[in-house]
Amino acid sequence: MEIKTENIPLDQKMISIFEENQEVIFRNDSPALVERRKAAIAQFRKSGFPGKKTENWRNTDISKSLEADYNYYLEPTYRPNVDLDKIFQCDIPHLETDMISQLNGWYVSKNGGIKTDEQGVVIGSLAMAKEKYTDLIDAHYGNIAEDTKSGFVALNNAFSEDGVFIYVPDNVQVKMPLQMVNIIHHDENIFIQNHNLVIVGKNSSLQLVQCDDSVDHQQSLINTVTEIYVGENSSVDHYKLQNKNDNSTLINSMFFDMKRDARLSTNAITLNGGLIRNENYVTLNGENCEANVMGVYLVDKAQHVDNQVFVDHAYPNCYSNELFKGIVDDSAHAVFNGHILVRKDSQHTNAYQNNKNILLTDKATVTTKPFLEIYADDVKCSHGATIGQLDENAMFYLNSRGIGEHNARMLLLYAFAAEVINHIKIEPLKIRIDDMVKKRLRGELSICEQCVLHCSSMEKEIKFDIDMSKV
Amino acid sequence: MLSIKNLHVSIEGKEIIRGLNLEVNPGEVHAIMGPNGTGKSTLAAVIAGREGIYEVTEGEIFFKGKDISEMSVEDRAREGIFLGFQYPVEIPGVSITNFMRTAINEIRQYKGLEQVSAANFLKQMEEAKNLVGIQSKLTNRSVNEGFSGGEKKKNEIFQMAMIKPDMAILDETDSGLDIDALKVVANGVNTLKTPENSTVVITHYQRLLDYIIPDFVHVLFDGRIVKSGKKELALELEAKGYDWLKAEA
Repeated sequence: MEIKTENIPLDQKMISIFEENQEVIFRNDSPALVERRKAAIAQFRKSGFPGKKTENWRNTDISKSLEADYNYYLEPTYRPNVDLDKIFQCDIPHLETDMISQLNGWYVSKNGGIKTDEQGVVIGSLAMAKEKYTDLIDAHYGNIAEDTKSGFVALNNAFSEDGVFIYVPDNVQVKMPLQMVNIIHHDENIFIQNHNLVIVGKNSSLQLVQCDDSVDHQQSLINTVTEIYVGENSSVDHYKLQNKNDNSTLINSMFFDMKRDARLSTNAITLNGGLIRNENYVTLNGENCEANVMGVYLVDKAQHVDNQVFVDHAYPNCYSNELFKGIVDDSAHAVFNGHILVRKDSQHTNAYQNNKNILLTDKATVTTKPFLEIYADDVKCSHGATIGQLDENAMFYLNSRGIGEHNARMLLLYAFAAEVINHIKIEPLKIRIDDMVKKRLRGELSICEQCVLHCSSMEKEIKFDIDMSKV
Repeated sequence: MLSIKNLHVSIEGKEIIRGLNLEVNPGEVHAIMGPNGTGKSTLAAVIAGREGIYEVTEGEIFFKGKDISEMSVEDRAREGIFLGFQYPVEIPGVSITNFMRTAINEIRQYKGLEQVSAANFLKQMEEAKNLVGIQSKLTNRSVNEGFSGGEKKKNEIFQMAMIKPDMAILDETDSGLDIDALKVVANGVNTLKTPENSTVVITHYQRLLDYIIPDFVHVLFDGRIVKSGKKELALELEAKGYDWLKAEA
């Protein structure tokens, strides 16, 4: 089913799509989920999309992205004649992952949409999981992703039908990293909403690589919500790679809930994209949790990247560290908004926050706001933000060894970004990201030389042989 | 090799070097001594081509017969000038290996030579490391990051050994070194000495000159060389201090 929207504001259009297509939207839902969706659309009716008056949206103007005429689909849609095997072929040498593919926000699979491995790990489509794992979905879908966080989250909770569902039972160490690839590939402008749900039990571990890529230059608006539940004494190592075309808008809301003794590392690597907004909500929901929230962004032209991080120290004796670094070129704009909340009884909290930026031109801008809100009295917290140019002393040092302007600049910029990249624990991924960052800094990275994908022949029509009925 | 004539340098309108002349020939070791704040480091920076706060208002600098006044920092380095820093800069994220390979290849490219082969590069690294006794693990680290004072200075001589410049200007290379490290650094400089290259040692104390024996000693005072002599001048300065020269100047 295709719904075109013309000249009606997107929020009103979405509300009427919801009203007119409830039977389709609810088709896989439990009664509890139907209620959840209704509550979400009610909240969206109230809030609408965030505007410039919304406090934490003041520096990101989404209005242009909302003005475009998008197609919205309630069923999977693909461009015909596409070889999914080719599109989703990962070309990172030595990176062995279990690949989970989404095309235009819909789960793509040849295994019936959901599978359980010998350790009991479930990987599959959210739409399919609603039938098989109703209780898990009802308890977790839209639970930490609260509608009040933003109109985008509410709208996603109301609409999302598909996405990736991952369940890791207690006491399971998932050996191979899971790689979630979401590709946008469409002939017309498209608005996509998908919802990923990752539930990790107690004493388990998971490495997750999430790639957002475009393979064409069509305008798109992607509103993704990902909820990740990290159980007691479990660890999640999460990476987000963003390499989108300049016409895309990506609103990526991530929610992490950590139970006691849990460990989380999340790293957002933004290499390209028209407008990218990453919202990270991390709740340290038990004692002795450790959260590392990192990111690196390289933007140029008229691109806009916005990283919002909210870390909630709800329990004592936890550690959190935020490090975001950005290189901003041309007339690009980067926004960082970090908020650490230390609640009254969260004694012995260690919370650190740092945002460092290099501006390469006079027109490039950075808006950064580190913010601590502390109600406990026995805590160690710090925050800092820097915006600067390349270090002149370091430039002189490199030049004095015969290294010219260009290479000296590359070495220093790369070194600046490497502080974040060095935290990548999956070695082949680190090597690849390293290479991509170097290419990006040299201006050689195009979205058709993808991070993980072979798509050099995208303009050619490729054979398409997937059984759509199984998707 | 190096010929400086009537050099005047100002920093923010204040004249720091006021008519300095210096001739350094191949195979010679020159020591420039003088009290703090007389322009020693300014002279080193200006020969290396540093701009920014430094303004050359008058005079000429010739290197191997070429006027280098308009030459960029990197081109002067490629021509064969090496500056050993008083305060080597920490560059987090840039490994010493990568730094040196980039430097050597750029210098080779400038001279119309092919890129250095991996085998030759590693061999050079080994030799240079042995010369100053630095550990392999140090070269895998970021340039100067977290290095002790001694390690930083040894790293300067290591780089000099890698680059093999025609002329090295060592700015207060002895500062912050204990006697053992000082011997290592001096031994490195002496080993790299050939009849074709030259060394200018800038120092505050005579101590270094017990290990690096200069052919000529110059005293820089108030932006000018006020006295030049043989190595015995250094001993005289050690015994009498600088005050008698101030009186003469």
